[in-house]
Amino acid sequence: MTAAPAQAGTAIGMSNLTVRFSSRRSQTTALDDVSLDIEPGEFVTIVGPSGCGKSTLLKIVAGLVRPTSGEVSLLDRPVRGPQKEIGFVFQKAALLEWRGARANILLQAEMRGMDRAQAARRADELIEMTGLTGFEKALPHELSGGMQQRVALCRALLHAPPVLLMDEPFGALDALTREQMNAELHRIWRETGTTVVLVTHSIAEAVFLGTRVVVMSARPGRIIRTFPVELPAHRDYAQVMSDPRFDRLATDLRGLLGSAAANH
Amino acid sequence: MTENALGTAGQQAATEAAGGDRTATSSPPPGSAGGPAPVDSAQPSTVGGPPPDAGGRPPRPTLGRRALALADSLWRPALVLAAFFAAWWFVAAREYVPNYLVPTPGQVWTTMTDQWSELARHTMVTLYETVLGFVLAAALGLAAAVAIAYSRTLDKALYPIVLFAQVIPKIAIAPLLVVWFGLGLTPKIILAVLIAFFPVVISGVAGLRSTDPELLDLAATMGAGPWRTFRKIRFPNALPHLMAGLKVAVTLAVVGAVVGEFVGASEGLGYVLLLANGNLDAPLLFADLILMSAIGIVLFVLVEIAEALLIPWHASRRAGVSLTTS
Ligand SMILES: Nc1ncnc2c1ncn2[C@@H]1O[C@H](COP(=O)(O)OP(=O)(O)OP(=O)(O)O)[C@@H](O)[C@H]1O
Ligand SMILES: [Mg+2]
Repeated sequence: MTAAPAQAGTAIGMSNLTVRFSSRRSQTTALDDVSLDIEPGEFVTIVGPSGCGKSTLLKIVAGLVRPTSGEVSLLDRPVRGPQKEIGFVFQKAALLEWRGARANILLQAEMRGMDRAQAARRADELIEMTGLTGFEKALPHELSGGMQQRVALCRALLHAPPVLLMDEPFGALDALTREQMNAELHRIWRETGTTVVLVTHSIAEAVFLGTRVVVMSARPGRIIRTFPVELPAHRDYAQVMSDPRFDRLATDLRGLLGSAAANH
Repeated sequence: MTENALGTAGQQAATEAAGGDRTATSSPPPGSAGGPAPVDSAQPSTVGGPPPDAGGRPPRPTLGRRALALADSLWRPALVLAAFFAAWWFVAAREYVPNYLVPTPGQVWTTMTDQWSELARHTMVTLYETVLGFVLAAALGLAAAVAIAYSRTLDKALYPIVLFAQVIPKIAIAPLLVVWFGLGLTPKIILAVLIAFFPVVISGVAGLRSTDPELLDLAATMGAGPWRTFRKIRFPNALPHLMAGLKVAVTLAVVGAVVGEFVGASEGLGYVLLLANGNLDAPLLFADLILMSAIGIVLFVLVEIAEALLIPWHASRRAGVSLTTS
């Protein structure tokens, strides 16, 4: 699919990001002095208490939210305004309710003016890969929450983006489907070499998928610590779950997150 | 088809089923025809197709099923209409009310058939004014709605004008329009436009503004310009609102045309109505009223059909049944 981005440089660079939202009555500091560099091909997972600015962080990288201060770069270019070299999976599936599953996936191609035949072929591949076969024409309200989220994932992958930003993409899935989707995403990441940033509330998901886990504090969001995940690049779900290194990291993360939430 | 789906994605279907109980608590029950639309649950459930089988999706309604659904949605209004005619006939035939005030349905029918060629000509005139007025109102209304929804400046500039145009009593400016534009079709069409314009603007603005900001963010990450975003996301998203406004507008357009004819005309159903009134010709008056209503109803149904074709996904038709909105 995509060539692995082997070139040097950073995929995503964030330095001293601070974001304040001010309304008439109050001022919220969503992010406070966040710096993080992400290498091409990395899979960074972000965990943190609710409302600590994880979604905001992804939106800054995508150029959808302008930071109050600080610098962001994507693929070594400064981010000013919305970026199109990315695939974004939103916290809600954000599907067009009048389009069937396949047409929703192909929206990506239509909006970008991609080659139709090629996009259609790729959409069919993705549909098969994510187990949506047979539901190509189903409208979003005819799909389960998990299936909707899979459609959103296919849509984000359609144009083979070098950077994939995912905001709790599997939050609406049941445990079993979630594991399957994790394994599937892991495989896609290995095969494509895409740089992925994934926000999650699941410690297991963060450890299984990530090459690095970033832990954020309660609002104002700061990066408390980043953990490298010392697990093989090629992971199998059952194996990882029984790996003592997984247990240790998961326990550490749980402790850290507990104290982060308690400070709130 | 569903079987095929289950066959190829058997594993997936199994997981869906496993997650079933979780979904049931967190999202609307998949069995209650129409999902989140509360309107549907109020209807007697004689029609709604078979409940979607678990993991699959409900089949699209076939032609036969649609005809059945249509018949089902029509028998109640038909019954009410029949009862109304029976009561009318009863009151008029027994002369509880003198016939020069309320003619019998038979008298009205005779008048209508006897003077059909004349009445048809006048009906066509009013229909023409109404349709032209409605189409212009829809086009202008949509343009104004887009301008208002997209530009803060135009919003501030246009909204007061639109509101002013709405609150001025249109019937009061009808004579003025006749003075300005004469007795031809122009003042009637202008009046129809003026009356039908407002609901189109209001519904259009509401529809365009109702776009989920997340969808607009999505469009931005796809590198789409404003035109593509409008065409693929904002406009289709606004259609359900817009169609509701158009339905109101089309019935108002009839009023506009007829009021225009009242004030000064030599043809059209409004003109005939005044004539019949002056001659105390009750059967003609009633025939005329029926034709006016028929124009409104036919145009309304046409807009509903357009709606059903344009937005089959819309919640109010998720069950794929009624032709008339409840
Ligand atoms: N557009 C906005 N205007 C004002 N405040 C905002 C806006 N977006 C986010 N916030 C605030 O910023 C903070 C961080 O929000 P964000 O959505 O990034 O949190 P999150 O970490 O993604 O939370 P969750 O895990 O619940 O999704 C919250 O306190 C929220 O209220
Ligand atoms: Mg969030």
